[in-house]
Amino acid sequence: MLDYLIRRVLYAIPILLGVNLLTFALFFMVNTPDDMARIHLGAKHVTAEAITRWKSEHGYDRPLFFNEQAAGVAKAADTLFVEKSLKLFALDFGAADDGRDIAREIKTRMWPSLAIALPTFLIGLLAYISFALLLVFFRGTRLDTAGVVLCVALMSISGLFYVIGGQYLMGKLWHWFPISGYQPGLDAWKFLLMPVLVSVVASIGDSARFYRALFFEEIAKDYVRTARAKGLSELRVLFRHVLGNAMIPILTGVVVVIPRLFMGSLIIESFFGIPGLGSYTIDAIQAQDFAIVRSMVFLGSLLYILGLVLTDLSYTLVDPRVRLE
Amino acid sequence: MIKPILLWSDVLILVLLWSVAALVWLARENGQMSETLRGPWRQVMRSRVGASTALILAVYVGIGLLDSVHYVERLPDTPGQAAQYGGEVYSALDWVLTPLRENVEKTYSAPFATHLYAKETLQGPVGGEVRDFPRLKYGGAHLADVEREFWPDVLKRGGLGMLAGLLAWFMGYRLTGRSSLSPVPPPGGGGDGGATFALSPTLLFLCLLAGLLVALAPVYHVFGTDKVGQDVLYLSLKSIRTGLLIGSLTTLVMLPFALGLGIAAGYFGGRIDDVIQYLYTTLNSIPGVLLIAAAVLVVQVQIEAHAELFNTAAARSDVRLLALCGILGVTGWTGLARLLRAEALKLRELEFVMAARAFGVSHGRILLRHLLPNVMHLVLITVVLDFSGLVLAEAVLSYVGVGVDPGMISFGNMINGARLELAREPVVWWQLAAAFVFMFVLVLAANLFADQVRDALDPKSSARK
Repeated sequence: MLDYLIRRVLYAIPILLGVNLLTFALFFMVNTPDDMARIHLGAKHVTAEAITRWKSEHGYDRPLFFNEQAAGVAKAADTLFVEKSLKLFALDFGAADDGRDIAREIKTRMWPSLAIALPTFLIGLLAYISFALLLVFFRGTRLDTAGVVLCVALMSISGLFYVIGGQYLMGKLWHWFPISGYQPGLDAWKFLLMPVLVSVVASIGDSARFYRALFFEEIAKDYVRTARAKGLSELRVLFRHVLGNAMIPILTGVVVVIPRLFMGSLIIESFFGIPGLGSYTIDAIQAQDFAIVRSMVFLGSLLYILGLVLTDLSYTLVDPRVRLE
Repeated sequence: MIKPILLWSDVLILVLLWSVAALVWLARENGQMSETLRGPWRQVMRSRVGASTALILAVYVGIGLLDSVHYVERLPDTPGQAAQYGGEVYSALDWVLTPLRENVEKTYSAPFATHLYAKETLQGPVGGEVRDFPRLKYGGAHLADVEREFWPDVLKRGGLGMLAGLLAWFMGYRLTGRSSLSPVPPPGGGGDGGATFALSPTLLFLCLLAGLLVALAPVYHVFGTDKVGQDVLYLSLKSIRTGLLIGSLTTLVMLPFALGLGIAAGYFGGRIDDVIQYLYTTLNSIPGVLLIAAAVLVVQVQIEAHAELFNTAAARSDVRLLALCGILGVTGWTGLARLLRAEALKLRELEFVMAARAFGVSHGRILLRHLLPNVMHLVLITVVLDFSGLVLAEAVLSYVGVGVDPGMISFGNMINGARLELAREPVVWWQLAAAFVFMFVLVLAANLFADQVRDALDPKSSARK
């Protein structure tokens, strides 16, 4: 087990390095720091001195990979790649282009993100699986057909429609919830309920259909026939046997996203004005703040790899046959 | 005088059309392939859902293709100079929709409105100034007395339009569908007789709708107008091309990666497999939107830095659209590649591949002749399934600010421009509604069609039935 974990961590390093190199190539070699300076200074103030000053203020005035002027180790260390990219491995995110500390922003903003993403995830999972089980229970009947048609229709609607429609109906017309905004502490639920509801509904078509297909595959297997032959009720077959055995494919898709819940959702957070990491990212994209985008890319990959490891671990919990060696 | 021009995306559309045609031709020539492909195709077209959705998709594609024939207009000659052309790029669709394109009001107006959305200071009938809703310049401008004439006029035009649609449908039905009027499609082939039969209700609906729009749209704003007074129906129709392009060109970019790398990883295994797996795990580990955003930001800066390369606004937004497709393709091949890798892993152990290898057939030939045809069904299924997701993704990306050029007409930009207007009183809902409805119909048709294609091609799902 420990061996396995160590191996996974070692395997994560080349992947994160790859991510790092990719973002570095995009943000420093295709787009030079000079381009960046030009964007941030605006068209009016572009002079050679202004660009140099902006670059030195933000620490972009180093060579890319190799510093000839420095001595010894600093030849390789005092470079943009080490300063801006490799430092991410130590979770040293540095300062955003507007001068604020990225790590601090992440620490304060991940809680609102989590406050939305975690309930969405749990309620969603429960809703999708129950709905799918319901359809499977009534398989072959009109109810199943209607449910599938409903799913296809729901998944054909743009996600933006759910957000805009939800805000309009629940916020403006019925005055159930404030349209957007956030408040820390216990009052937060007022602001959280609508985004959670909207995001659960928005992906119900897609997910319920996915789980239905998954259960269908399971239900065609021999052990289900055996269970029925033993005289078990259909409900018991579904909940004890099918659901239990479908756990592995369900976990494969589910556990991997858990660590990423910290990063929140871009669309939901920015529409509902939640000061989480999702809206932070989207603001950074719109302001072309590449330092933040780079940090978020790295953080996202890190959490994804963590999710992969967790997935493997979770297999050992639901399936006694799986041993990690 | 006009001069046809080819935007880069038009060129790629031609390439796409050409390759589809080549594929169809190949499938016809190659006896074995034609049997394996024609059967499923017939199954799709014979099912009611398959045929109707194919028809709806064909209408969308038709509009998109019409919108891909571009030209510039020649400016009036000035003596002593070579011919000058305007900077505005039009398409054949623009030409067809000229009345819609040119009937620009001042600002918002509701569907079928005859008066503007906002009040203005007007000259009163007895002199003096009155604050009131002014009449629209084009919408219902032919009516002298709006109160009395509006409904009779709408009903008369609408009725005539639908009658014309009905007639057109009947003519088409009699001309093409005569042999298949019997409710039972001829068993085991005999052309697409079953399809024509299943088509007729959808076709009827489309004909009626087209008749209605043709009769009403030139004199009313059927879906209202947007903030700068452009007709929303025109905007919606123009958005179709953007959506279709993103759905299809992305595939064109993605396929070589997915096919080449996926099959190679599965077939060769070993070191090659490791490298390719590393590649797609790395790409996969980056959050999708962020990777796309990062790449689009970079492209945006590059386009701004080389503004001199693009002489028209259309050319610039066209390049940005292509870049977006490229980025979506380069980041989106991992899913299919993983599927293909698993399939190739299975196939390479099968007897026919073993036999080919024993006969000394080269790797390239085995990949091309033995593996590729056997994974084609997976590729087709994925391509059709991905299409609808990409159309939806465009709207979201445009909202994030990393979608198509803000000046380009697309569903995403329409939604983006209108979403804040719900806060107005009275609510401006028509632009959002039109964009969502046009997108919904396209995506729903694509989803249903994809389901049919999968049922027909996937041995597992058809065995279950």
